[in-house]
Parts: sequence; structure tokens; C-alpha cells
Amino acid sequence: MSKFPEAALAALLGAGLVTPALSDGFGLGRQALQEEIAAWDIDVRPDGTGLPEGSGDVLTGEELFADQCASCHGDFGEGVDRWPVLAGGQGTLADDRPVKTIGSYWPYLSTVYDYINRAMPFGYAQSLAPDEVYAITAYLLYMNDVVENDAFVLSHENFSDVRLPNEQNFFADPRPDIPSVAETAPCMTDCKDAPQITMRARILDVTPEAEDDATAGISVE
Amino acid sequence: MTKTSNPIRRAFLRGGLAASGAALAAAAARAAPDPAITDLDLQPWTQFVGDGVDARPYGMPSPHEAHVVRRNVPWLTADPVSSVNFTPLHELDGFITPNGLCFERHHGGVAEVDPSLWRLMINGLVERPMVFTLADLNRFPRVSVPFFLECAANSGMEWRGAQLNGVQYTHGMIHNCVYSGVRLRDVLGEAGLKGTAKWLLPEGGDAAGMTRSVPLDKALDDCLIATHMNGERLRPEQGYPARLVVPGWEGNMWVKWLRRIEVGDKPWHHREETSKYTDLMADGKARRFTWEMDVKSVVTNPSPQAPITHGKGHTVITGVAWSGRGTVREVHVTTDGGRNWHQARVDGFTTPKSMHRFYYAFDWDGAPLLLQSRAVDSQGHLQPTKEQLRKVRGVNSIYHNNGIQTWAVNAEGEAENVEIS
Repeated sequence: MSKFPEAALAALLGAGLVTPALSDGFGLGRQALQEEIAAWDIDVRPDGTGLPEGSGDVLTGEELFADQCASCHGDFGEGVDRWPVLAGGQGTLADDRPVKTIGSYWPYLSTVYDYINRAMPFGYAQSLAPDEVYAITAYLLYMNDVVENDAFVLSHENFSDVRLPNEQNFFADPRPDIPSVAETAPCMTDCKDAPQITMRARILDVTPEAEDDATAGISVE
Repeated sequence: MTKTSNPIRRAFLRGGLAASGAALAAAAARAAPDPAITDLDLQPWTQFVGDGVDARPYGMPSPHEAHVVRRNVPWLTADPVSSVNFTPLHELDGFITPNGLCFERHHGGVAEVDPSLWRLMINGLVERPMVFTLADLNRFPRVSVPFFLECAANSGMEWRGAQLNGVQYTHGMIHNCVYSGVRLRDVLGEAGLKGTAKWLLPEGGDAAGMTRSVPLDKALDDCLIATHMNGERLRPEQGYPARLVVPGWEGNMWVKWLRRIEVGDKPWHHREETSKYTDLMADGKARRFTWEMDVKSVVTNPSPQAPITHGKGHTVITGVAWSGRGTVREVHVTTDGGRNWHQARVDGFTTPKSMHRFYYAFDWDGAPLLLQSRAVDSQGHLQPTKEQLRKVRGVNSIYHNNGIQTWAVNAEGEAENVEIS
């Protein structure tokens, strides 16, 4: 690439016509074998890329869910203790206490398949066969009223036809969304009236080691 | 002592009779000798020899510092294996976090990786899918750079108002370490990117199989694969033997126990970038791919876990500041709840996307204080108030709360987490 004048190269880079310059190589590592890639490359994308062949139906999924998932997520995906709620919550996202579930919040079904396959059941990851993951995913669709027929069969063939209801409600990061100092120099003296205390953490009293270790707090999970 | 060459004496004279009572008291002699000086029985270390060199092959802090530990907020999460603990910021000084105090966030517990079985695979839109051992990785050109790692949910419990009484809990999902490792672009270069490559999917080898989509531009800009933190190997809870370093961007993307990087042409929209780490707005719509951690600062001392114990007089306020978009240009401190602001002194190294330490010293008259700090970064962004953030984002976004923190300090020096008008 050294024969390109720098400006021309920059133009090509800017236009996305060439791969950004990387090192010429150090001769390190070795080529991966297809079997190795197959063993580790398990990720799935919204367009269905990465899905294995297989299928599973709602009722099979219900049985698997009861055995493998319900101890944390509840029989109906309602969540036990602070384990994630998986179903319901539709129409609550603008509420004071939104309930973010697969049906109410998650944009893509592929995320459900991918996550169950890579990380569930919690504590025994990557132990489910593709047909089992399809079945549990089908049951989650049923619990969330995305499919209404309990004879529904989810497979690699019809997977990408299923859309989750909240897909359109995500948008790209619009920051900066707060006026910055470049627009208005920060005030240093006599900036406001004497402030009043409007809220105290000790009223809520959820700090660890406090006498009452209440569950009133706002969780990050 | 007739001359005034002694700077302490000079300052004392300059203060004259107007000097505060505390300063006078501090300068006056005690009525009786201090037994910590005169009683040898109180200082056995002065009389008797201590442990030899091999008593502590890996040194630990003084037993008197045993309270300086990471702490958890049990009600936050269902189980400690998928939870978070917090850095004790109020016990630290300078701008480097000791390895054993760096907050932890795991989604499937700590992976205890055997380095001889560790492999890094690069596959997807590459000319040659590759596998590297740890020994291979260490032969790439190595660099060492300090960066902060802040969880996107740091201060996330405070969106609805003051909730936790302690800077460890309100701001302790951050640490700042010198990372040593190799440039991600060098490692990708061995595989050779195809022209359609636009995104990476780093994947962890833990039981959560952590994945995040990272745009290729960022990967080629300043991302590292780190093997060391603060000079020693990564701690297991920080991703031993190798983790991704994504400078200035939310901590969740810094995939620990890194085992694979797939190259693709689109993002994957995996669990941690859809159901989590998306910012829900008041209207029910959600922001995604909110990667940079905006300019932020907090007073660490005094704070609820670290009251002022010396009474009125010369008082040092200190804290930390950082920005995922560059360096911290200045930090301002107020003692009257934002009516008047003072320039704080930023100390130590100023490098991009690294924590900065600030100090502000003043003569406290013992009256109650409303303490705040606010930072301005090198791009000119000013740390906002919590009210400014809530006005734009509501109170349900969980993540990216970089609002100004207020501590109310009473006449006894005790500090409390409050919000003010």
C-alpha cells in the first residue's frame, strides 16, 4: 500500500473501500481448524445467522422450563425473588415501575435463543441440545402471547419470521443530550439561591449495615 | 524563634489573632506528655524485632486496614454469583485502585481459568481464522496504559433520589488500573480483516459466556487485550488470564476471561446490549449502544463512610474525576450547595480515560456544609446535575448516571447522601 499517496489512502479509508491498515503480521498463532470453530462459535444474530438446525414445540418447552428454569424464573416466568421476570409487562415501559421482559422489552428473539444456549440453565451452561433450546424459546413466546397456539413449533426455518413486539422502540445513543460548558460557561459565584435539602438517603434506609436491610431499594438488575 | 523563616511560623503570624481557635489549639502545647511518645510499652515495634523477609511472600495491608474491603449490597441482586460489589473509594488516595479492591461484576461467577488451557480464537470475517495461546499473545508488542473501568450502572440506584449512604455504594463501581497487554489491532492483523468487517463480538469463557458487540473503529483505535493490571497478572475476578480493555466505554464491554473474538458485518444484539445496558426513557423507548462513560466526579472525603473527625480548622476535601471522552480539564468544588464554586487542584498524571485525583483545602468554621464536585472534560462537557439528567432521561434508565453528588455535612462532621434544590 506504500505506493498510495497518503491523501489517496485516507480517502479510500474514509470511503470504506479498504480495510484499515493493520500490522503486517508477526507470524504468531496458528490457523484455527473448522472443528475448533464449530465447537466455540455458538453465537446467533437477529437475522438468524448462527442458528443450528432443529425445532421444538411449546408443550415440550413447558416441561423443560418446569424442570430446568422455573426454580428461578417461576412456572410462568414471573421470577422468583430477584431472578429475572421473563413474561408479561407489556405496556408498562412508560410506567413508574416498568417490567422489562422478553415480551415487553427484548427487541429480538435471536437474543433469547443465544442467551439460553450459552448461559442457561444458570450453573450448568451449554448443556441444552438445540431442540431443547428451540422448545424453551417457543414456550417463552407462548408465555408472552407472541404466539397463541400451544401447538406452535419453532425451528431454524421459521425462526426469523417471529418478531418481538418492542423491536421498533430502540434508538441510537443521542448524547450529548445535556448542554455542555462549551455552550454556556459554568457559573462560579452567586449561582443560585440558598439550596434546601429535598431528600435524604437515610429516610429510605437501604444502605448495607443499616438496621433494616429492606428490599425497598431500586435494583440495577 | 525571632526570625520568620519557618513557613509554618510565618503563616501563623500572618493569621495573627484572627486565626481560628482550632489552629491555635493545634499549635498550643499539650498539658501532659503524649504516652504514644513517652510510653515504650505502647510501641513494642520500637523495642522488639519483627517478622523477617519471608513471613509474607505476598504482602498484604496492615491488619489495621482490615475494614478496607469491597462490599456488596445484598438486596440489589438475586445471588452473589451474578452480582456486583463496590470499590471503597473513601479509603483510597491517588488515582490507582489496588488490585484487590477493584470492584467485581460477574454474570456467572469467577471463572478460574487454567492458563495452559487458555486459547484465544479469532474467527468470522477474517482471511485466516486463528488460535493463540497465552505465550503467543505475550509476543505481540506490549504497552502499559492507565484506564478507568466504570460500570454503566454506577450510581444507577440514585436515579430516583438519594438512596445509599456511602460513596462506596453510590460511586464504587469504578476502578482505575494500569493495564499491560497488546493492541487488539495487532492481534486482529494476524487474522487479516475482510473488507466487509464492521463489528466484533468478544466472548468470555465464563459460565455466562459474556458477549458484547464492539464497533470495529473502536477496536482498531485504542482497545487492548490485557494480561496484567498494575504490574501483576490480572486477578481471577478481573478476567485472568486475559481481558478486553475498551478505554472510556462502559465496563460491561471489557469482556473478561476472553476466549474468542468473532468478526462480523452487523451487531449481534446479545442479551447484555438489549435486555441490559440499554437506557429506558420516560416515554418507554430505549437508547442502545450508549458506550462512552460521560464526565463525572465525586467527593470521596468527607462522605458518609468517612466523616470529618478533626473539627473545624484546616480541612481537605478530596475526590476523583474521570471522563470516557478524554482527560479532566478542571474540577470545581462547592461547600454551599452550588451557590459558589472553587477551583480544585487536580493532582498527579492527567491522561485520557483515566481517573484524576482532586483536592480542595479550606478553613472550615464548623458550620454545616453542602458539598459537591463537578468536572469539565477535555471536550468541554460539564458534569450535569441530577435534575438536568432526569429532565431529559426520566428516572428509569438505570445506566449512565453522571450527575453531581451532594453530601450534607453537619456540625459534627458527619456526612449524609442528600439531594438539594
